[in-house]
Formats: sequence, structure tokens, C-alpha cells
Amino acid sequence: MRSLFVKDLLILRRSRLLLALLIIYPVAIALLIGFAISRSPSRPRVAIVDETPAGETVQVGNQRVSVSQYADQLFSQVQSVRVGTRQEAIEQVKSGSVIAAVVIPPDIAAKISSLDRASLEVLYNGDALEQSLVQSTLNSAIAQANSAFSEQIQQAAAKALNALLEGGNLSILGAPQNLIGLHQIPPELKALIARQPPGRDRQALERIDAFAGFAAENLALSKNVLSTVGQPIQVKSSLLHGRRTPLNTFAVVVAVTVSLMFVCVLLAAGGLALEREEHALSRLLRGLVSREALLAEKGSLAAACAFVVALAMLAGVGAFVTLEWSRAGLWVVALVFGAAAFAALGVAIGALAREVRAASLLAILMSLPLAFLALVPQGSVGHGFYVAIGVVSFVFPFKAALQALDAAVNDASPAIGGSLLHLAVLTIVFGALARLGLRQAE
Amino acid sequence: MNAELSVGALSKRYGTLEALHEVSFNAHPGELVAVIGPNGAGKTTLLSIIAGAQTASAGTVAPGPDRVGWAPQQPALYSKLSVAENLELFARLEGVPDRADAVGRMLDQTGLRGRADERVARLSGGNRQRVNVALGLIANPPVLALDEPSASLDPAQRERLWQFIVALAAGGTTVVFSTHNVVEAQRYADRAIVLADGRLVFDGTPQALMREAGEAQDGDMERALVAFLAQRGSREETSG
Repeated sequence: MRSLFVKDLLILRRSRLLLALLIIYPVAIALLIGFAISRSPSRPRVAIVDETPAGETVQVGNQRVSVSQYADQLFSQVQSVRVGTRQEAIEQVKSGSVIAAVVIPPDIAAKISSLDRASLEVLYNGDALEQSLVQSTLNSAIAQANSAFSEQIQQAAAKALNALLEGGNLSILGAPQNLIGLHQIPPELKALIARQPPGRDRQALERIDAFAGFAAENLALSKNVLSTVGQPIQVKSSLLHGRRTPLNTFAVVVAVTVSLMFVCVLLAAGGLALEREEHALSRLLRGLVSREALLAEKGSLAAACAFVVALAMLAGVGAFVTLEWSRAGLWVVALVFGAAAFAALGVAIGALAREVRAASLLAILMSLPLAFLALVPQGSVGHGFYVAIGVVSFVFPFKAALQALDAAVNDASPAIGGSLLHLAVLTIVFGALARLGLRQAE
Repeated sequence: MNAELSVGALSKRYGTLEALHEVSFNAHPGELVAVIGPNGAGKTTLLSIIAGAQTASAGTVAPGPDRVGWAPQQPALYSKLSVAENLELFARLEGVPDRADAVGRMLDQTGLRGRADERVARLSGGNRQRVNVALGLIANPPVLALDEPSASLDPAQRERLWQFIVALAAGGTTVVFSTHNVVEAQRYADRAIVLADGRLVFDGTPQALMREAGEAQDGDMERALVAFLAQRGSREETSG
């Protein structure tokens, strides 16, 4: 087996195109993923035109909320580019230096203060798909800014209501000093009523007392109503099991698993098919090498190459994304089990094909759909179809390898042990199928 | 003289198809045995079983594949390896003790010492076939099975290859070869075995086959084989 291993390494070294692809592919993919993640589209580059006068505020009771706070909130959601005029913003959008522009009109504070609906102007460019992506990203950013701004206004309104209830100096234009609060009126009034003889005046005072009590009680309630209106539905998220995987590290895991699969399946299938293409298979199997040893040799070589490529990719992407290097031991275990299962699948494909080209084509035609199917999220297709996808994903190694690597890299659910066991079983099953295929093909 | 190769009642079935039916013959040291017959007669199957590349459904072959060298019809070589690397690899796999000596001997015998470091992909068809035969001989086996060794070679390449094979037989190696070129059997073989529909229908010298078919000794052996098979067909029809 060692002789065949050395021979295959020599052939691999002399296949310059294949070797170049094996080196360039992981480096290129790692760099692409790294750049894509480090230049995340979640903070789009947006031009912001603030046409409001400097220091413009929205008056809420005795509180003032600065409009510039809204602009600052919006800036924090996007990669903001401050521009002076609407025309300048339009030019930047047209040139493509920003993906959109937001114009904050000069009368926004007046409209909010007068309880009129204020509006922003948003300018887009680009094709339908790009517009859709930009709109959804920007709408989210504006919604977050709106939410933060409405919270500030709500807090100001709540302070004003509190002053009316508790009394004191309200600092509102025209309000008297040391104003009595609605909460303080009933005790004062009750003392006055007690000293009053029965009659019409006493009855009138009792009606005022009833109103003051009712008003104090309901104004206190309106503070809660304000906070409810500001955020009518609060979302409480509970993860039932496992740990949430950050999207960028999950993307890394997907890319590494896809690379592991492609390199491993293609090399294993191609390596075995090459023996038949060179007519050497029958010479080897006439007692020089056992079928099991030949399959093990092809699988080991493919798995070793794919393992190195995948580990290099993880390390390369690690320059862009924060990975927990303390878990590197688990990465190795997940990659080894994944590579073994993919290698077994590869030799099974190679046992069926008579030529390297046919084996490579078959490997790609099988691998690509497997990767796509394993990534189909629940709920995106009908229940029956999702179950069918689940069955297909279960009998091929991609999903199990993805879950094992996700668990190893991100401590994600399900636990790594189950995925490793699943991969080990698939390795045995595909190895047996390869053995059977080799026998049938002779 | 003891038989170097002994084939006894060899049968091979592929499902319902019987590729070989109770084929038996012996071959002695240094003997050159030609296996001839029409397409689908079972020639390649017979040689593959003798070489151990296929298993028989029934019957016996002695010696085992470890003492039989084999050169399949299509050169079984690694085109990205050099001539010497191919020889070295199979010397290792065959467990040859002195590999360097075996490789050197094969390079000398094939006349390819000057091209030892050349990749097989760059060799002509004739030279590839010589390396193919050399791989079968690397472990110095007493029996060599050659499946259509001269197919796809030009006359000059064929001539060089046969000089090489005749020299091997002269050295004591038992050579069993299949061929479609009946003239080669007439020219080089000590014995001819005729297979038809998986059955051995003739085992004797090429001259005996000529006589059997009513062909003159200096006549055309291809014509003799066609006549022999036609006569056999008529006899079977009559007896049937």
C-alpha cells in the first residue's frame, strides 16, 4: 500500500494543473470568504443629508429631544457619508460611491412637535435585486433609528407626565412656579371639604375631589400606555437547545465543508478511476494488492489532501474571523471523520466510473446537490419535501460533516459525538459499496 | 517433461453466458503456445484466469498467479511515471528482492535502457507494449500470459516484440499468447490451441492444424483456421 501511496503522490505532483488547483483553490476561497465577511453588507455605505438647522429640537412637555440625536442613531446603523446637499447626495448615489442616500428634511422637528407625521426621503440606484437588498438593509437601519428616537421622545413625555402628577417646577413656558401635583390634590382637598359645612359648595368641592383622584390615577396609567405604544410587542427569544452560531463563522464552516467534500470526493473518485483508465486495475488486483487495501490507499490519499486543504482554509479564514483556536483539536477530529466519509463516497463513485473524466463529472453532479440540499432551511419547502431532503441528507456525508465541523468550530448543536458516529457509519457503508462496485466492475 | 502450466476443465460463466467450457491443456517449459479463435471465443477470458485477473467458475490452473507474469491487451502502465519508475513500482508490488537488478535486466531485455527516465506517455505504442510485457516479467515468472501482445503495432515494432518473446521462450519461460494474427501463430508458436464458443476445439502444432484443414504445409494458416472452423461447424450440424 505504501508503494501505491508514493506512486499516487508522484502522479499528483506531476499533474501540475490539479496540483495548482489544490493549492490555489483553498487560498482563493479563504480570501474570498474573509473579504466578504470583513466587508459585511450589514452596514451599507449611505449618504446622509441633514437639512435641519443646527440645534433643532423636538419639544415634548418640558423636555427637548435634539434632532441631531436621530441623525446620530441612523449614522450608527450604516457606514455614513455626510453630504451637504440633496443634489450632492444624488450624484454620489448615481456614481455608485454610496448605495443610497437619506435626506432628513428641515421641517422634521416642527412636524413631530405638531404631532404631524414626519417623513424622510430615501434615494436608491441599481437593478431590482440590488434595490431590494439595499431597501431591506436600509429599512432595517431606519427602523432601528426610529425605535431609538421614539424611545427618547417617550422618555421625555413620561417625565412631563410625572411632573404633572408629582408637582414642582415644570419649566414649561407660562407654567407657575411650585405647581401642586395631581397626586397631592386629593389630601389637600379632603381636608378643605371636611371643614366645609354641608351644602352646594361642599358638593362642588366633592365633585372636584373625585375628578382629581380619577385624573391622577389615569395619568399614572398613561405612562405605562406610552411605553406600550413605543414598543407594542417585545420579543423574548429562547434557544431550545445548543448555542447560536454567528452567521459569519457558520459561513466559514460551510465553505470549509464544501471544499473538504470537493477535494476529497474528486481525488478519491479520480484516483480509483485512473487505475482503470490506465488498465492497471486488473494487474494490481490479480494478487498484488487486495481490493480493500487499494480502496483504503485511494481513500487515505484523498482524505489526507482534503484534510490539509480544509485545515489551511480554516487557518486562512481565521485571519479575518475570530475563531476559537483552543478548539483546534476538535476541528482536526471533525475534519478527519468528514474526510474519511467523503473519501469513502469518492471511492464508491470511482468504482462505478471507467474514466477519470466520468468519475469527476459524477462526483461533481452528486456533490453539488448534496451541499444545496443540506442547507435548505426548515419551512422554506413543504413538509413532505423537507422530510425527503432530510432522508437524502442523512444517507450522504455532507450534512453530518457540516454539523460535526460546526460543533467543533462554533460549539453548535447537535453535539459533535453524534455527527462523528454518523460519519463513521457512512464511511463503513460507502466503503462496502465501493468494494461491491469494484467487484462488479471487474 | 513436466508441465509448467496445467489448465484443467476450466469453465467461466457470466450469468447465463458460458464464456469457457471445460478447457484443459498443458504447456511445458520454454514452450510458445498460441491461443487462437474467432471474436468472443474466450481467449482473453482464458488468459485472464491463467493470470489470476479473473476467477474461474470451475476448474483448476497451476501454478498460481504469483508464478505467472501477465501482459494484458491494453498496456497497463502509468503514463505519468517513467519506464524505470513503472518497473520499480511493480518490482516492489511483486516483492522482488533485488529490485535494481530486476529493473536493469528488464531495461536491457526490452532495449529501453536509453529511455529509462522517459515518461511512458511519450513512448510509441510498440515501446509501451514492450514495457507492458516487461512488467509481466519483472518477477522472473516461469509462465508468461500475453493477451494480443502485437495488437496496434506496426510491422517493424511487431518484429522487435517477437524477437523479444522468442528469446524469453528460448530462456525457458513458458509463453501463452492470444492473437488475431494467425500468421504470428504459424511463425512463432510451438503449439496452437483453437477456441470456439468457449470450447477447446484443437490442440496441436500449427502444422497439424494446416493438415487438419486440408491446407498445404506452406499454405495460408488463416485460410486453414477458417476452413477448420467451417468443417467443425458442418460436423456439429450433421451430428446435431
